[in-house]
Amino acid sequence: MSDMSRYLSTTVKTIPPSGIRKFFDLVSQTEGVISLGVGEPDFVTPWHIREACWYSLEKGYTMYTSNSGLIELREEVAAYEKRKVGVEYDPAREILITVGVSEAVDIALRAMIEPGDEVLIPDPSYVSYAPGTCLAFGKAVPVPTYDADQYRMRADVLESCITPKSKILILTFPSNPTGAIMEKADLEAIAEVVKKHDLFVISDEIYSELTYNGKHCSIASLPGMRDRTLLLNGFSKAYAMTGWRIGYACGHPDIIAAITKIHQYTIMCAPIMAQKAALEALRHGEEEMLKMVDNYNYRRRLLLKGFQEIGLECFEPQGAFYCFPSIKSTPFNSEDFCEKLLKEELVAVVPGNAFGNSGEGFIRCCYAASVKDLEEAIIRMGNFLNRHR
Amino acid sequence: MDLQMKILNLIERDARLDAATIATMLGEDEAIVAALIKKMEDEKIILGYNTVINWDKMGDQSVTAMIEVKMQPEREVGFNRIAERICRFPEVKSVKLMSGTYDLSVIVTGKTMKDISWFVSHKLSTLDQIQSTVTLFILKTYKQEHFMFNDNDDDKRLVVSP
Repeated sequence: MSDMSRYLSTTVKTIPPSGIRKFFDLVSQTEGVISLGVGEPDFVTPWHIREACWYSLEKGYTMYTSNSGLIELREEVAAYEKRKVGVEYDPAREILITVGVSEAVDIALRAMIEPGDEVLIPDPSYVSYAPGTCLAFGKAVPVPTYDADQYRMRADVLESCITPKSKILILTFPSNPTGAIMEKADLEAIAEVVKKHDLFVISDEIYSELTYNGKHCSIASLPGMRDRTLLLNGFSKAYAMTGWRIGYACGHPDIIAAITKIHQYTIMCAPIMAQKAALEALRHGEEEMLKMVDNYNYRRRLLLKGFQEIGLECFEPQGAFYCFPSIKSTPFNSEDFCEKLLKEELVAVVPGNAFGNSGEGFIRCCYAASVKDLEEAIIRMGNFLNRHR
Repeated sequence: MDLQMKILNLIERDARLDAATIATMLGEDEAIVAALIKKMEDEKIILGYNTVINWDKMGDQSVTAMIEVKMQPEREVGFNRIAERICRFPEVKSVKLMSGTYDLSVIVTGKTMKDISWFVSHKLSTLDQIQSTVTLFILKTYKQEHFMFNDNDDDKRLVVSP
């Protein structure tokens, strides 16, 4: 049998492969590359967390947990969210432990979307929301965000994208790929639109701890928004635990019950060893986590200053670990820029359009890299710009 | 945390960071950072800048020992006078006062084991206040000043990821 496509669903066939994949293959074939193209911390999970996981294995914690996840972990999550964003959730009915935020996004979309419902998604943003919407038979509607607004979502732009079929707004701040954040006032304006049009918010706050010039604000903490919001968070970025695949969803018990239904039939439960590790992270990981945050902040300033010096225009990102400079002073589009930079200077960055059309003309640079590599990358990018401008 | 502490935390791990880089990283003025480093050097808060070297990789055959020293403290000066005297020997790398079953921990390097035994028997044990010594030879270093010596912790991340 040669043509297998007849066995594949139309939905899957219509989803384009990730734009990053192509670039990944290209970078992988090149030697000696300094990569600012990664989407994860350069720290390994703190040792005490790894050690706690080990200990749990020694003690024989190798079984299923309840579908919702270990109750002690949900209790810690509730305490954490109360402390950090000031919203209270009942660990018994309002929190679900998931296999990373990715699973939470998927099951939330599947639990809430009717075919044809529209999901409003910031553009640019992380690559999985639009395909996730498509797999749930919804329609992804990009909400453009702009360099001039420091890539914050504007209420008027959001409102212009709303139709009678709009149902869900996805918020993803601090943002991958832009490093943008939304302050309280920005969120208040969005919340008004959400309430006016009776939308529901899925708020992916995985980068919340990586907020540099102030405190992260969750839309769930605004008046009337708690029950309209499914707050998603996890351990990957703050605690350098990407490979553990562990996250959670907090929200109204009806929503949690619905997504738990999908979770119980498809995933059963998040791996117990990852749950045990996450428990250790929440109980004893704060100090080390804050050190990592400081360290990202140092390098954020370094990369930003470097871009200034080589004349690469970039707004000051206040969250996550990305800078999103404009390459509009060069004759290249994002993809050409990245390919040429890779070939000529052996520096890997990710084309902004991989995250949506509004990312065209920009590149994502991750500063979760050593100071030495960042400094060298800046020199090489400076050489590249001098040649091509 | 005050600025001095932040600077120290950074250069403790990487002494080669220059004032300009440190200033950028901390969002401070370069002149202020440079002045603070100078001040801390003048005040001997910063004593010097070392390099952590894996001498084994250079085929170095020298020997290092930790000597546990028990001694009689002296009236008024306690352990200080003798400890400072032991510091004067160039082969001594570090001297620390310890709690527990002995008093001073002295780290000594020599070209051979004989060098070290000669130092212990002729220089150290002969001091009046020294009651006894135990010499422990260091066989292998795994970690020093936060650096792992057999470091296989290279970057295992995918080169590009979303």
